[in-house]
Amino acid sequence: MAHAQDKYYIPHGTKWPILMSLGLFTLFLGVSVWLNGGNATPAIIVGLAIVITMMFFWFGEVIGESEAGTFNDQVDTSFRIGMMWFIFSEVMFFAVFFGALFYARQLALPWLGGEGSNFFTNLLLWEGFESSWPSNGPADVGGEFEPMGAWGIPALNTAILLTSGVTITVAHHALKEGNRRVLGLFLALTFLLGFIFMGFQAYEYIHAYQELNLTMNSGIYGSTFFMLTGFHGMHVTIGAIMLVVIWLRCLRGHFTAKHHFAFEAVAWYWHFVDVVWLGLFIFVYWL
Amino acid sequence: MSATTTHDEHHDDHGPAKGIMRWITTTNHKDIGTLYLVFALAMLFVGGAMSLVIRAELFQPGLQFVNPDFFNQMTTMHALIMVFGMIMPAFVGFANWMVPMMIGAPDMALPRLNNWSFWILPFAGTLLLSTLFMDGGGPASGWTLYPPLVLQTGNALPFAIFSVHLLGVSSIMGSINIIVTIMNMRAPGMTLLKMPLFVWTWLITAYLLIAVMPVLAGGVTMLLTDGFFGTSFFQAAGGGDPVLFQHIFWFFGHPEVYIIILPAFGIISQVIPTFSRKPLFGHDSMVYATASIAFLSFIVWAHHMFTVGMPLAGQLFFMLSTMLIAIPTGVKVFNWTATMWRGSLSFETPMLFALAFLFLFTIGGFSGLMVAIAPADFQYHDSYFVVAHFHYVLVPGALFGAIAGAYYWLPKWTGHMYNETLGKVHFWLSAIFVNLTFFPQHFVGLAGMPRRIPDYATQFADFNAISSVGAFGFGFSQLLLVYVVIQCVRGGEKASAQVWDGAEGLEWTVPSPAPYHTFEEPPLVR
Repeated sequence: MAHAQDKYYIPHGTKWPILMSLGLFTLFLGVSVWLNGGNATPAIIVGLAIVITMMFFWFGEVIGESEAGTFNDQVDTSFRIGMMWFIFSEVMFFAVFFGALFYARQLALPWLGGEGSNFFTNLLLWEGFESSWPSNGPADVGGEFEPMGAWGIPALNTAILLTSGVTITVAHHALKEGNRRVLGLFLALTFLLGFIFMGFQAYEYIHAYQELNLTMNSGIYGSTFFMLTGFHGMHVTIGAIMLVVIWLRCLRGHFTAKHHFAFEAVAWYWHFVDVVWLGLFIFVYWL
Repeated sequence: MSATTTHDEHHDDHGPAKGIMRWITTTNHKDIGTLYLVFALAMLFVGGAMSLVIRAELFQPGLQFVNPDFFNQMTTMHALIMVFGMIMPAFVGFANWMVPMMIGAPDMALPRLNNWSFWILPFAGTLLLSTLFMDGGGPASGWTLYPPLVLQTGNALPFAIFSVHLLGVSSIMGSINIIVTIMNMRAPGMTLLKMPLFVWTWLITAYLLIAVMPVLAGGVTMLLTDGFFGTSFFQAAGGGDPVLFQHIFWFFGHPEVYIIILPAFGIISQVIPTFSRKPLFGHDSMVYATASIAFLSFIVWAHHMFTVGMPLAGQLFFMLSTMLIAIPTGVKVFNWTATMWRGSLSFETPMLFALAFLFLFTIGGFSGLMVAIAPADFQYHDSYFVVAHFHYVLVPGALFGAIAGAYYWLPKWTGHMYNETLGKVHFWLSAIFVNLTFFPQHFVGLAGMPRRIPDYATQFADFNAISSVGAFGFGFSQLLLVYVVIQCVRGGEKASAQVWDGAEGLEWTVPSPAPYHTFEEPPLVR
């Protein structure tokens, strides 16, 4: 299919990146003004629209090149190494939020409770506070709340994500064997499971806010709970959208048994999101 | 592995597009490298002007020119601009220009991403600089952005935080590109241990960046939610801890200082062998030393926080692990010195800057050992001694490294020799003024003058006056660098491909100026 299998592909000029930066700039400008109490809805909408449009065209161009057979094996390897290190940067991003959770539970709260050399911290500042988990801190920030249990929806969500890890693997094997029908079916199953997961998460948030009084204001428990599950949920959403994109590409007959970097990149990303969830389930919900 | 190039539609390439669009749409590593370097040079003067505001205010005791809040904004913005806007982009610029040429690659591995990495920067810089004109002014908490102080920033807070996010995206994308290029684009025969040291130091730097920029992004995200969404990460009342932010920041911050210095190590390791006309002494041990420094950088961060109230075991651990860094750094300094031993030395401008680097960086290294001693650091902490220490490693360290690299490779970039006399004048002015600026700060620091304070006791007046004179001298001397660069770009004596008679490496096998596309056919490396 290729006319340039022995050449490293270097694209000519591109206008997408600077427009992408412009979009992000407008978006962040708008969000900043909004956070300061101003009205910046137009800037936010325009910025978001530019970012999404640019991603559509930029990815579209690369997909076009890929299908035209412009990328040789070496380019493919570049994409793979790039994606691997991008996922590593995401690992470090989640690591800092897990780090905050562990720090609060193992150090900050016990110190506030007077552990170690902090007897006087406790006596003078927060007399009577006993360290425990879940906690909204010695000042009972956000008022009485109930923590999120592990064995209802979260356990179900764990099963859903683990199953989606299996379905995407089935789809991958089908792709390698050229079985397009199974490929399309199991890919669709995968992103459907992803969207069901998101639906449950949304339900859980509403439940937390309306019935448990568990909000972002609920001290360190609420902070870590919503930061970790929120960023994870955002990544699941992105991953599910990526799954839809490669599903549509599969329906159009993209990818071959040998050349399907985009499929594998999405699969890696999906597994990464899956593993992060296991960490969340154990440390945020369960223990 | 074959690595020839192709271009969509055109098989005979006509070189770059014309006009401004060339620079906006370029995917060429040399164009993007130039953009990074020009941006960094501009930011050097923006950040430098801020430091001159600081030094003007500190010329004598009392308040003369600016109010204390604006003074604090200047210390904060000077640091943020110099770290994220000047020195890091400068070294990414060097990486863009030199890494593909040094490993025999046609270009960077991911050219569109490369364009994006650069073109985020002007937008992020605008976001950051615009905060100076807002209600409440720019961030005034110091570049470390410690809560709860930073949460008292006015309207600037979200702008500054999003700017940090964007700078992080740029760094991460740039680093991924550099890693992929080095891992996947080397010419046949260019095995890992044959790579020049500049390539090695950048490979390791890129790993550091990918590991720690997301940590900073997470940290400032928590600041944002604490400030605007009611979370309690850094508030004890809710069970959080402001000290947690310090841990997060310095888990990023300490690797960050090696991110800034390792590429300079790489440049010095190219320059000294060339002008000693000897191969680098202990090439492999330099690689291992660089890797050791990178590893250690992850387990030393709390030495920035000795006075915060850490358990004794923590202080001991961070003190000793910090001191371990002296070993691989010592290996490097001795290797550079041994490279010169019995070499046939000549002292062109790049070599002069490299030698100044060697002496003055070592002074900064030694004062680093002093502040690493936890009990002694209780005295040094937050004093001007610390300011003197890190400016010795950043200015005659990292910045001199970058300037040495600029003089070293300017003939290769432009095809012209720079004006050697003016280069030497620039060197001597810089070397004298940098010491005049920062050496007295050791004394006032040891005597107890705190940093980030616009006024001081009269006993510190003389040394501060000297320091301010030095700073203005150093600042204006850098205009000479701009003049030499412009002169060199516009014309001058034609440079040969070899340029320096002792230089070795693939970049010296291509003509000067290096053609728009190098190594469309991969060179053979033996």
